[in-house]
Amino acid sequence: MEKILMKGNEAVAEAAMRAGCRLYFAYPITPQSELIEYMAKVMPKVGGTFLQAESEVAAINMVYGAAGSGKRVMTSSSSPGISLKQEGISYIAGAELPAVIVNVQRGGPGLGDIQPSQADYFQATKGGGHGDYRLIVLAPSSVQEFADMASEAFDLADKYRNPVLILADGMLGQMMEPVEFKPIMTQEEIDELGKQHTSWCICPNADGDAKHHHEINSLELDPSVLEKHVLQMYEKYAVIEKNEQRSEIFNVSDDNEVLCVAFGTASRIVKSAINELKKEGKSVGLVRPIRVWPYPYAAVAAAIGPKVKQVYVFELNTGQMLDDVKIAVCGKAPVNFWGKVGGIVFTPAEIQAKLEACF
Amino acid sequence: MEVIAKRPETLTKTPFTYCPGCLHGVAHRLIAEAIEEAGLINQMAGVAPVGCSVFAYKFFNFDMAQAAHGRAPAVATGMKRARPDMHVFTYQGDGDLAAIGTAEIVHAANRGEKMSVFFVNNAIYGMTGGQMAPTTLPNMKTTTSPYGRNVDDIGYPIRVCELLDTLVAPYYIERVSLLSPADIIKAKKSVSKVIQYNKENRGFTFIEFVSTCPTNWGIDPVKSRDWAKENMLPFFKPGLFRDKGAEEVKS
Amino acid sequence: MTTEMICAGFGGQGVLTIGKFIAKAGMQEGRNVSWLPSYGPEMRGGTANVSTVVSDDPIASPIVSYPDVLVALNQPSLDKFAPSVRKGGVIILNTSMCPHGCQRDDVEIVAAPLSDIAVEIGNTMVLNMLAIGIVIGKTNLIKYETMEEDLTSFLKAKNPDLLEMNLKAIKRGMEIGKEHG
Repeated sequence: MEKILMKGNEAVAEAAMRAGCRLYFAYPITPQSELIEYMAKVMPKVGGTFLQAESEVAAINMVYGAAGSGKRVMTSSSSPGISLKQEGISYIAGAELPAVIVNVQRGGPGLGDIQPSQADYFQATKGGGHGDYRLIVLAPSSVQEFADMASEAFDLADKYRNPVLILADGMLGQMMEPVEFKPIMTQEEIDELGKQHTSWCICPNADGDAKHHHEINSLELDPSVLEKHVLQMYEKYAVIEKNEQRSEIFNVSDDNEVLCVAFGTASRIVKSAINELKKEGKSVGLVRPIRVWPYPYAAVAAAIGPKVKQVYVFELNTGQMLDDVKIAVCGKAPVNFWGKVGGIVFTPAEIQAKLEACF
Repeated sequence: MEVIAKRPETLTKTPFTYCPGCLHGVAHRLIAEAIEEAGLINQMAGVAPVGCSVFAYKFFNFDMAQAAHGRAPAVATGMKRARPDMHVFTYQGDGDLAAIGTAEIVHAANRGEKMSVFFVNNAIYGMTGGQMAPTTLPNMKTTTSPYGRNVDDIGYPIRVCELLDTLVAPYYIERVSLLSPADIIKAKKSVSKVIQYNKENRGFTFIEFVSTCPTNWGIDPVKSRDWAKENMLPFFKPGLFRDKGAEEVKS
Repeated sequence: MTTEMICAGFGGQGVLTIGKFIAKAGMQEGRNVSWLPSYGPEMRGGTANVSTVVSDDPIASPIVSYPDVLVALNQPSLDKFAPSVRKGGVIILNTSMCPHGCQRDDVEIVAAPLSDIAVEIGNTMVLNMLAIGIVIGKTNLIKYETMEEDLTSFLKAKNPDLLEMNLKAIKRGMEIGKEHG
C-alpha cells in the first residue's frame, strides 16, 4: 500500500472506516472538524451512518445506543466537547460497552483556545465522568500512529467491552505526515466481529430460538449488587493494567544523565532536543508512554539508569502526568517538570535549554 | 376454563413497581399489547428513561436500553441506525422529555428518526418526589413550586405535541388521555396504529399520554382522574395533530 | 540529512500549498516528511505559516525552531521568522511585498519581486510555484521531475493551460534560485 500525505484528523477517520467502523456520531468543533468532515464524505460511500448530532451530549448517547447494539461506533471532539460527553462516557463504561472516542485536545479551561494542548490528561486517565471507572487511553505521537490506533482502539474496546479514548491534540490533528493504511475490512469480517457481542447486545431474536431479554444498563439500586458490578469491572481493569501497558524508549542507556518522560506531541519535541544534545555529547533518554492508561509505571522505573541525576517531565499542561511519573520513579531520582499551557507548544530549542541546564 | 385476559408475552413477569393508581402500568400494557399484536416481539427494542418508569427495561420482554436523563431519543437513534432491521421506541416522562431532554426529542423528531416515542405527561416529577415539571400547570403546587407555579417567574407549561407539530418531518403526533376506560380503549387504537407505522418504518411517531400522579398530587387515584380531566385536559387538549399515513390514504 | 523549512505570508498567497507540495514530493522521493500549518482565525486575512520538514531520518519535532530555509512572501512574515533562520541558511523573500528587506548577513538571501514575476507569467496564483522553483534551484531539496509528475497527474486532464503556467513558474523560480547560488 502506498503512502498518502494526510492530516491526522483525516487519517484517523479513514483508518476507523477501514477497521470496520460504520457508525459515527459527532458535533463540529475546532481543531477536529476535518475528522467529522471526512466521516461525512466516507461513511455514505461504504454504506455506513454519518450523523451530525444536535450536541456532543446527543452524539455520545447515540454512541451508547449503537455500541449497545454491538456495532463498531466512534465519536470525536475536542476538549470542551469531550467535557460535554463525560456523562455518556460514564454510562458507556458502566454498561461495559465497546466504543471509541477521539479527543483532539485544545487549550483550556473553559472555551480556551484552539491550539494544541495536553491539558485533558487528568480527565482522560483519572476519571472525567462520575463514578468508579477507567478508560483505556491511547496517546499517539504521529499521524501514522494516530491512524494505527483507530483499529487498535476498536480491538481493545471489543476485547474488554470498555470505551477507549484516543488522546490526540490539535497538532496531530492538523499536521500532515505520510501514512500507510491497513486494508479495508470486508463486510463479512465486520459481521464476524459483530458476532462476539450477540450474547449480550441489543439484537433481533431469531424466530423459534429461545427468546433473549438483553438489558443495556448502568442502573442498580441495590448497593450490594452495584458493588459487585464495580468490583468485577475493577478485576477487568486489573487484567488491562497487567496486559496492556505500552511505551517507547528513546536513547535510553546506562550513560543517561537525565531521563525524560513525555507523551504525544510533547515527546516529538523532546526527541529533537535529545538529538541535539547527543551532538554535544550529553546523554539524555526518553520514555514515551504510548498508552497513558494503563500507565507504564514499570517501563519508566526500568529506564532510570545508574547515572541519572534527574527525571524530567515535559507536558503541554501544568504537570498532569507528573504524579504518575513520581509514582513510577518512587523516590529513586528527583523529578522535575516543565510545561507550556494555553495552547502554546514548546519548541525543541526551549526543551534543549531546559535539559542543558541539568548538566 | 376460557382465558379472557392474560399477560402479553411482551411483558416480563417482573411486577411493576408503580404506586397504586398510577397509570404507567396502563401505558406499558397498551404498548406491550400493540407490539405483541403486530408480531414484533423478536424485532422490537425499547429505551427506558430516568424517572418513575426508569425500570421499564425490566418490564418489557425484549431487548431494552436504559438511557441517561433525557437522552432516550439519542440512544434510540444510535440503536436504530446500528440495527435498521429492528424497531425502536422510547418511553419518557415529562421531566425527562420536556426539560432535560428537550434538544434530543426535538432533533430526533426533526430528523424524522424511524422510531416511536411514548410520552407520559402527569405534570410533575414523580420519582424524585413531586417537584415542578415543565408541564406543571399554572398555580399548581409542587415541592419546588410550594406557592403554586408562578407563570410570570417560571413561564407556562410546555405543550410538546404543539411544539413538535411545527416541524416538517414527524409522521404522526397525537395526544391521548388515559383518564377513563373509554379514553384508554381509544388510546389503545392510537398506540396500535403507531406500532404498525413503526413496523413499516414510516417515520417518527409520537404519542403523549395525559396521565396522573395520585401520590405526588396528594389526591386519591379515582379523584386524581377527575382532577386531571378538569385541570389538565383544558390545557393539554387531546387530539390528532398529524397523521401522514391518513393523508397518504386520502390523496 | 534534515531540512527544516518555514513558509510564511498572507492568507491566500498559497504558503500552505508550498509546504504541502514540497512535503508530498519529499515523500514521493522516499524521504520522511512532516507538514504543520498554523491554523485558526489568524489564517483569515492575517498571516499564515507552515513548518515543513524533509529528512532522511525519522522526524522528531515537526515544530521548527531554527529553519534552514525560510520562504517569506511578505514583510511581517520576514520580520517574524528571519531572526531564527540558522546561520548559513537560506531566506527567500518576495521583494514585491517586503519593502524593508532583511538585515541578516550570515545567511544566503534570494530576493526577487515574486508577486510581479507571477503576474508576468500570467497569474498571481503561481506565486507559490515560483517559490517552490526557487527552493529547488537554490537547495535541491526536491527534484523538479517529482513536481512535474505530481502536477501533471492532477492538472493535465482538468486544466492543461494551468499546468503549463505552473511548470513555467517552477522553471523560472529554479533559474532565480540558481542565479543566487
